[in-house]
Amino acid sequence: MRSQNSSQAVLAIEDWQNAGFGLYLHWPFCQAKCPYCDFNSHVSDHVDQRRWLSAFRSEIARYGALTGGRVLSTIFFGGGTPSLMHPDTVAGILEAAQETWTWANDIEISLEANPTSIEAAKFDAFRDAGVNRVSMGMQALNDADLKRLGRLHSVDDGKRAFEIARNSFDRVSFDLIYARQDQTLADWEIELREALSMAVDHLSLYQLTIESGTAFGARYDRGLLRGLPDEDASADMYELTQALCADHGFPSYEVSNHAKNGAISKHNMIYWTYGDYVGIGPGAHGRVTVEGQKMATTTPLMPSKWLNQVEKTGAGDAEVETVSAEDQAVEMLMMGLRVNQGVDLIRLGDLGKKENFLNNINNLEEMNLLERGSGHLRVTPKGRPLLNAVLRDLLVD
Amino acid sequence: MTDLAKIRNFSIVAHIDHGKSTLADRLIQETGTVQDRDMKEQLLDAMDIERERGITIKANTVRIDYTADDGQAYVLNLIDTPGHVDFAYEVSRSMRAVEGSLLVVDSTQGVEAQTLANVYQAIDADHEIVPVLNKIDLPASDCDRVAEQIEDVIGIDATDAIQVSAKTGVGIHETLEAIVTKLPSPSGDPDAPLKAMLVDSWYDAYLGVIVLVRIIDGHLKKGDKIKMLSNGSVHHVDRIGVFRPAMETIDTLGPGEIGFLTASIKQVRDTRVGDTITHEKHGTTDALPGFKPSQPVVFCGLFPVDNAQFEDLRDAIEKLALNDASFSFEMETSAALGFGFRCGFLGLLHLEVIRDRIEREYDIELITTAPSVIYHVYLRDGEMIELHNPADMPDLSLVDRIEEPRIKATILVPDDYLGDVLKLCQDRRGIQQDLTYAGTRAMVVYDLPLNEVVFDFYDRLKSVTKGYASFDYQMIGYRQDFLVKMQVLVNEEPVDALSTMVHRDRAEMRGRAMCEKLKDLIPRHMFKIPIQAAIGGRVIARETLAALRKDVTAKCYGGDATRKKKLLEKQKAGKKKMRQFGKVDIPQEAFISALKMDS
Repeated sequence: MRSQNSSQAVLAIEDWQNAGFGLYLHWPFCQAKCPYCDFNSHVSDHVDQRRWLSAFRSEIARYGALTGGRVLSTIFFGGGTPSLMHPDTVAGILEAAQETWTWANDIEISLEANPTSIEAAKFDAFRDAGVNRVSMGMQALNDADLKRLGRLHSVDDGKRAFEIARNSFDRVSFDLIYARQDQTLADWEIELREALSMAVDHLSLYQLTIESGTAFGARYDRGLLRGLPDEDASADMYELTQALCADHGFPSYEVSNHAKNGAISKHNMIYWTYGDYVGIGPGAHGRVTVEGQKMATTTPLMPSKWLNQVEKTGAGDAEVETVSAEDQAVEMLMMGLRVNQGVDLIRLGDLGKKENFLNNINNLEEMNLLERGSGHLRVTPKGRPLLNAVLRDLLVD
Repeated sequence: MTDLAKIRNFSIVAHIDHGKSTLADRLIQETGTVQDRDMKEQLLDAMDIERERGITIKANTVRIDYTADDGQAYVLNLIDTPGHVDFAYEVSRSMRAVEGSLLVVDSTQGVEAQTLANVYQAIDADHEIVPVLNKIDLPASDCDRVAEQIEDVIGIDATDAIQVSAKTGVGIHETLEAIVTKLPSPSGDPDAPLKAMLVDSWYDAYLGVIVLVRIIDGHLKKGDKIKMLSNGSVHHVDRIGVFRPAMETIDTLGPGEIGFLTASIKQVRDTRVGDTITHEKHGTTDALPGFKPSQPVVFCGLFPVDNAQFEDLRDAIEKLALNDASFSFEMETSAALGFGFRCGFLGLLHLEVIRDRIEREYDIELITTAPSVIYHVYLRDGEMIELHNPADMPDLSLVDRIEEPRIKATILVPDDYLGDVLKLCQDRRGIQQDLTYAGTRAMVVYDLPLNEVVFDFYDRLKSVTKGYASFDYQMIGYRQDFLVKMQVLVNEEPVDALSTMVHRDRAEMRGRAMCEKLKDLIPRHMFKIPIQAAIGGRVIARETLAALRKDVTAKCYGGDATRKKKLLEKQKAGKKKMRQFGKVDIPQEAFISALKMDS
């Protein structure tokens, strides 16, 4: 890292400054658990939001002490279902964040929301609390598939909530999951065209992934999850998605994310460009540079455990580990090759100079999977859908 | 030393699972040879693999003291022999050391192929044979039918067959009485010079080589200086004893007796099975007929999955070879698999046993290449090469003709499955020699090329007959056929470990099948991969493995960095376990699976 070079200490910046500084807050509660979701979510009827607010505020203060003087670029409420939070809880958290860090003038404050009427009723209050972008879990635009995905809303609910959202916020994104059971390429094209006609400035389009530890995972292992598209069908869907979105002014800027007129998710871009982010709440991860060392932080997964720990000990960490220079380079590639701009080769440090690594790049360039330009390494359109395989070949010894 | 008239030496002949080991356990228990508290199942099968698979690999011996109904005390020596065809040779030499056999047949199953193979060996050795019908406690038991079958198929009188349940103990006493009354006592001259047969030998970490002997004439005592007639080597006997089945030292072994000696011998290879042992001074010069040494017939390459374990593998193989003279090995290098060993085995089971022992006892993960037989390659200049590895096949222009080993296979099968068995044998280039019936069971005899059998014949046979067929074989010699070496090219590069010898008429079919298999076994890469089978330079089959089209994580945010990094590391480790051919990674299981035929 450049900061470790003392002769340049005056000019040196810490690596994270290449990408910015964000705050992630995890609200772990949901009304129901979705069968495909492997995020840390819990169903609970009784949540004492005042206790949770105090815990969040206390953690913000603790991290503030470690990262004093920084400018905060983004805040993201993720979950779980953060739209289940009381707007006062959101307001209280943002107040603490504002007291702790200097906010960037164009700070982006996003909140994930379920597209139901109950939550849509709170949108204005969230906006008044400071939220300026929502990301809605629409997931599908037909009722049968919404049911299969375990969603509680209907297409009509979703569209009504979306209308409310676009009136409340300038910036609205929504998620769809595709490559679903029994979905054909033609089905997806119709649905995607409708989505593009609705979209405001951002779309996240995820291929359904069967994760172990989920209800879908268990069903899949027992051979009961039928009708999933094979590799060729899902590749066709991916290609169609890229082309159709670009045609409609929503080019992809990341594997699964599309933005109009550059309205990218600045918070997520901090992850992909390997900036620093503080992660607060049960199961939240962070990467925070403290005294020149990049630290990886984790927290307890169980909501009650995290809450009690913060209240009793004043710190919500489960593990705090230094990320080695080599691991930083690997994470930087893993995240950075997902986005169009790619990875700044200088930031890879020693790895970027290893002969073996450079040979791997050459081989992958020959296959038209990677390319270099302006000091950056990025995947080609051909390489992007193969990114996992590209990474394996890139990092092999 | 025991009076000759009071000795009975016998073995037990049975098909696998017909209850041989359980019967041996009962005989040992009934006579009080082993205290009940020391009793465990399959007492004579010492190795884990023997117990697990329910098979006997090494011959084992037990001396049983039995006071018969006539009031006389007898010494019964049981040599328990392997039942499997791979170890037929061990069976034949053990048979020479005893005078009688119990023929154990499962009364619910009837005579099977291995019953036949082993009983013929007993008949060859002039044994008196006592039929025993086992498992009479089971509802499906049908003693009359099975007795009739023994008379029809084997041709020995089964009217007095003893009905036994080794499980419940019924008939065990009758069996002991039959051993005493029906089997002959050995003959021998106690006053003649020492003449003993070296029946078997194995290595013990504490005692050195243990030699199992059968005394023909004279006496053997502790402290004797003995001489091996084959090479004149002299050893000082430091221990003599018998097995009960634990080792028990005694002072003297006399004519007709079976026991062991140790004489500070370092290697099993220094003791030739079948050799004649006598005293250094005043010994006999009259050697026993002896046995020809057993020859490996099946060869394959064993390579460590982790190349760094090559030296460990060498160590493991050398240690195993100390105790198994029938197993041969030499170093082999493969472009694909790195350093390993080309090993020779008595048969497929022997191969599996050795491989399992290396993996289990020495904790080395192995890649096993396709088994091959020994081809006789006659060159134009008249020279004959024994080809153990298709990769070593000389240039075709130098070759005059190739001969391959053939076997006589005996298969017993319920007639419902006969059609499938005949088809299987025909598909494997078999020539039918005989087809007879015993009740509803057919006995087919085929002349088959060994190379069609060594690989997956037995698996296929079990599968097409739902496990109802039994199979045994013996080598019958070499015959010329139109054989060619088929190479497999992956992404235009030949993969030596996948080369096989095939019959020219079947090469296209085999080549297509292998290419199709490999197409499924090799994961998609980021480029398309041609997979070809070729003879010489000519491609005879081709498949194309399409390029990978999609492998990307859909969602990857801040919380995923650590998890996805671990996943990536795991995938990288998985990639390391594969073998690289040019730019292509081939999973290790492909080297065996590609050769399996589905029909």
